[in-house]
Amino acid sequence: MNVDRPHTLTITNFVSHYSKQIICLFTLALVIATLFFGQHIAKNAQDIWQLVTGQAAPYQSIVVWQWRASRLFAALVLGAALGISGAVFQSLVRNPLGSPDITGFNVGAFTGVLLSIALFGNLYWFSVLGAILGGLFSALLVYLFAYRDGHSGFRLIIVGIAISASLSAFNQWLILSVSLETAMTAALWGAGTLNGMTWIRILPAAVLIAVFIICAFLLNTRMKLLEMGDDTAAALGVSVNKTRLALMFVGVALTAVATAITGPIAFIALAAPQIAKRLENSASTSLGSSALVGGLLLLSADFIAQHSWEGSTLPVGLITVSLGGIYLVFLIIREGRK
Amino acid sequence: MTATVTEIHQIKPNNGTSQALPELSLSTHSVTLGYDQNIITDNLSVDIPEGKFSIIVGPNGCGKSTLLRALSRLLPPKSGQVRLNSQDIHALPTREVAKILGLLPQSAIAPDGIKVVDLVARGRFPHQKWFQPWREQDQIAVESAMKATGIVEFAQHHVDQLSGGQKQRVWVAMALAQETPLLLLDEPTTYLDIAHQIELMDLFQDLNRLQGHTMVAVLHDLNHACRYADNLIAMKAGKIIASGAPKDVVTEALIENVFGLPCMILEDPVSGTPLIIPKGRQVSSSCKL
Repeated sequence: MNVDRPHTLTITNFVSHYSKQIICLFTLALVIATLFFGQHIAKNAQDIWQLVTGQAAPYQSIVVWQWRASRLFAALVLGAALGISGAVFQSLVRNPLGSPDITGFNVGAFTGVLLSIALFGNLYWFSVLGAILGGLFSALLVYLFAYRDGHSGFRLIIVGIAISASLSAFNQWLILSVSLETAMTAALWGAGTLNGMTWIRILPAAVLIAVFIICAFLLNTRMKLLEMGDDTAAALGVSVNKTRLALMFVGVALTAVATAITGPIAFIALAAPQIAKRLENSASTSLGSSALVGGLLLLSADFIAQHSWEGSTLPVGLITVSLGGIYLVFLIIREGRK
Repeated sequence: MTATVTEIHQIKPNNGTSQALPELSLSTHSVTLGYDQNIITDNLSVDIPEGKFSIIVGPNGCGKSTLLRALSRLLPPKSGQVRLNSQDIHALPTREVAKILGLLPQSAIAPDGIKVVDLVARGRFPHQKWFQPWREQDQIAVESAMKATGIVEFAQHHVDQLSGGQKQRVWVAMALAQETPLLLLDEPTTYLDIAHQIELMDLFQDLNRLQGHTMVAVLHDLNHACRYADNLIAMKAGKIIASGAPKDVVTEALIENVFGLPCMILEDPVSGTPLIIPKGRQVSSSCKL
């Protein structure tokens, strides 16, 4: 059992060794592409330079710095939030399927939005609040229904899927029973998109997300100890139930805030921690790399959404759902084989 | 600086010297234990003798693991009190308890691909504060725990590469790195082969005799219990039937009563402790004793 593995330069070794650098480089390339590509904004390096130094024409400047930059920032921040939320839940339930989009917290958030639109009309911040409350409420439902002498991870997932299904049905009923206009607004939100992102919309959410991400990092050590089993964690002085509740709250809040801003975006929370784990070639998922991969995933998915269809922009939720579906099938097959 | 020194003094088990720790007592006072509506033991009082190796034995379902869970603060009693250093253990903060009482649970899950040294280092959690960097005393605790359990050579190995016996020693090392004067062990030798069982029991005995840990273990193997225990606690149906030095309490009648097992008691030729020979149904006539 030689620990020092020979340094053969295979692609896998290279990728896992330089994973952080590769991700950063790739992100940088995507950032530049997102900001300056398409719609004849910048034709050459000189145009880009003018945009960066603020000497470009007002129209170009607004497109790049007001629209595209805020959208890009939103993709990174929300992707990071979803990535961390997924990492927290997968750690809590000790299962790669344990993700807020599987356990239906984003469906609950959608319920909140629907109710808010139905009751108060299409007011942005009301929808955001509705999404957060809806997400927390569905999490509470799952938590209560899954409780039996503590929580087993698998029961949380199964109960989550059940609650998510019931809430979906409720959402359908709501959409069918409200006015056409309301239903259209709700459907737009339900697709999950970064379209029409502005700094005003993303900045307050970014502050909230930053607070919750800091909370997640503060709970990180305890979270790792919980992975060793409740008894082991308790023996090491972790207050198991309090810590789990705090982690659940942080995980739900991150997903709920992200969902509130964009509508449900599947797959990121599910896949980011697992991809990060494989890229790092490490044992446990780290919050930092999950956030990084989450941001990168959402940014790439949004880039595809914007540029794959000539002349129009697809909702990014559509891209992530398609990719996520394939990944989920793969994951279920692999878990089934274990 | 002075504070750190006192802290070490309080936490460090006395290294073979006769100097006793300030105060160390663990006991239950007429506790009722159970899960949901299911009462497993009622009105149970136990005193864990300080500095001794106590071993709890009994048939399946007699409540021995439940008692250990209660002693280790994992299971709150439905009534009565578990007292650690004369204080209600549930009134103490989890972290404070974790500085005094270490536990080797049955259900520990090693995170995928974690290295031995990193797992052992997790035992330092109760001694670390928010934002506190890894200190020299943490390093010393981890190193001496690995030395005591003989796993220094595996330090950089992944835990999942180790054999069952080695793995169990890693978990013991993690509990030792916690530097608690009290160590509770829940069926520590289950699933190990006989050589590893003995090796581990010897290790526990050393920890008790040389490092002065007060130990409590739940054990299935009666003969191991008789050989290693200073204080044997025999349980049946949630009640304590006998407790004391194995030599004084283990009789054919007791084993028959507790386990419903007809047996003979010999003297263990190695340790001089009671050796239990089950009679079973198929007694061969050729070796009648």
